[in-house]
Amino acid sequence: MYKEPEILSNYALGSNSGVSLGEGDFQINFGPQHPATHGVLHLVITLNGETIKKVEPHLGYIHRSIEKMCESLTYRQFIYVTSRMDYLSAHINNHACALAVEKGLQVEVPARAQVIRVLMDELTRIASHELWWGAMAMDLGAFTPFFHAFRERESINDIMEETCGARLTMNYMVPGGVMHDIHPNFQKRVKDFLQLYKRKIHEYDELVTGNIIFQNRMKGIGYLSAEDAVSYGCSGPAARGSGVSSDIRKIYPYEIYDKLEFDEVLETAGDSFARYMVRIKEMHQSIRIIEQLIDNIPEGDFQAKTKNVLKLPKGDFYTRVETARGELGVYIVSEGGTTPYRIKFRSPGFSNLSVLDHMARGSKIGDLVAMMGTLDLVIPDIDR
Amino acid sequence: MQHEELKIKLAELLTSATFEEGGEWTTINVEAADWLVFAGQLRNDDSLFFDYLFCLTCVDWKTHLIMVYHLSSTKHRHNMVVKVKLDRNKPEIETVSHIWRTAEFHEREVYEMFGVNFLNHPDLRLLILPDGWEGKNPLRKDFEDPVNMIKL
Repeated sequence: MYKEPEILSNYALGSNSGVSLGEGDFQINFGPQHPATHGVLHLVITLNGETIKKVEPHLGYIHRSIEKMCESLTYRQFIYVTSRMDYLSAHINNHACALAVEKGLQVEVPARAQVIRVLMDELTRIASHELWWGAMAMDLGAFTPFFHAFRERESINDIMEETCGARLTMNYMVPGGVMHDIHPNFQKRVKDFLQLYKRKIHEYDELVTGNIIFQNRMKGIGYLSAEDAVSYGCSGPAARGSGVSSDIRKIYPYEIYDKLEFDEVLETAGDSFARYMVRIKEMHQSIRIIEQLIDNIPEGDFQAKTKNVLKLPKGDFYTRVETARGELGVYIVSEGGTTPYRIKFRSPGFSNLSVLDHMARGSKIGDLVAMMGTLDLVIPDIDR
Repeated sequence: MQHEELKIKLAELLTSATFEEGGEWTTINVEAADWLVFAGQLRNDDSLFFDYLFCLTCVDWKTHLIMVYHLSSTKHRHNMVVKVKLDRNKPEIETVSHIWRTAEFHEREVYEMFGVNFLNHPDLRLLILPDGWEGKNPLRKDFEDPVNMIKL
């Protein structure tokens, strides 16, 4: 199937990229192995001096064809593959798939399982935003924040490890509920984490948010208007930084989100700093949700009774959930069998990446990393 | 707009369209020749205003291909699904990347994975597959790769 391109230099220079190079223009390859791309993202950047003329992503370095793989896995099995898509939102990916299957089976999820799921989702969101915060500051040249972020993230990972048995690819949500009950220590440890978090959160603002050098590098950089954000299919903090209300938890509530008190964070500036502030404030909202639920986990079953072999009726099933990066859609086309006929994962990163070219044109190359950082790209999520 | 209301409005816009029942959202079947004009109406009509294309994909039904467009309105908060049937041997459809910019990348993905040719697309090239890829489209049902594919 794969034939080596005849002239390798053409490939490296992106000769087929559709850009005609003017006088003084040149192209550079950013990645696929670059520390700031957080994975194997390859960007071919056309520059004139330091000014960006075009940014062109070349994807597929970590393409595992998850959609094709799922076509031969049963409805219980395919969920485990999805932890490997957006590995920082593994719980939420699993959650989306479980919801899609439940929608097809019309299974009622027990109240206890719903609360556990939401708790796990919000802990994941905090952990994901913390990694983003540390990594983004590191991209801009500040190394210390990374350690601060990981200090809190570690305690979330420990909580996950105790209950799910894994720290990264959780595989905890199953159709009908969660795989097993929470660990007896779970509530106490989450409360300990909340205390630790509240004691330390001011350091985030002191170290980074209020820093004048940081603000100069973020404000007015990577402007994205609300119309463009919608047209490019941006979701999550990338869209909310431009004032587009897009929180699926609010607009199309799933599980118990409609009964919880939390705000959708909106910023209107549309620049990198706005997207940064959305994520920082979102962490506070997640804390709010966890506080409401941690003492109110209802007693009862943690899993609904389902058949051993799941069969979805014929038809299309689509679920939307809010991951740490934006809207994840799971589209299942069923023929009535035990495996999906076709699955499509609408990953937030894929659409958010597509706006990068539009955003970066005319800016300086040094600002590109700040823009990529605030889009919060996770490459396995983009490639799938 | 609610489901029934939306259905009446859409039927007025495109008399040849048929509706599919049973889905979560209003689902409409459109001919490939009508799609471009209809897409523009969906985006620009004030009472419809479908400005957010949140999913664009294709399904291979072995005898034909179906393009599936999931649309949403950030203003009215209603959703709909558009399905367009394509000839499997010569799949061609007009691009909508100038109406919804996100379609540019999604159409490139469908182009390489299903072999659908998007007419007037600004930049129809391989996106995920490596340069030099020749032959069949990986997400079609008859695709086989003896080296990298493990049958389960």
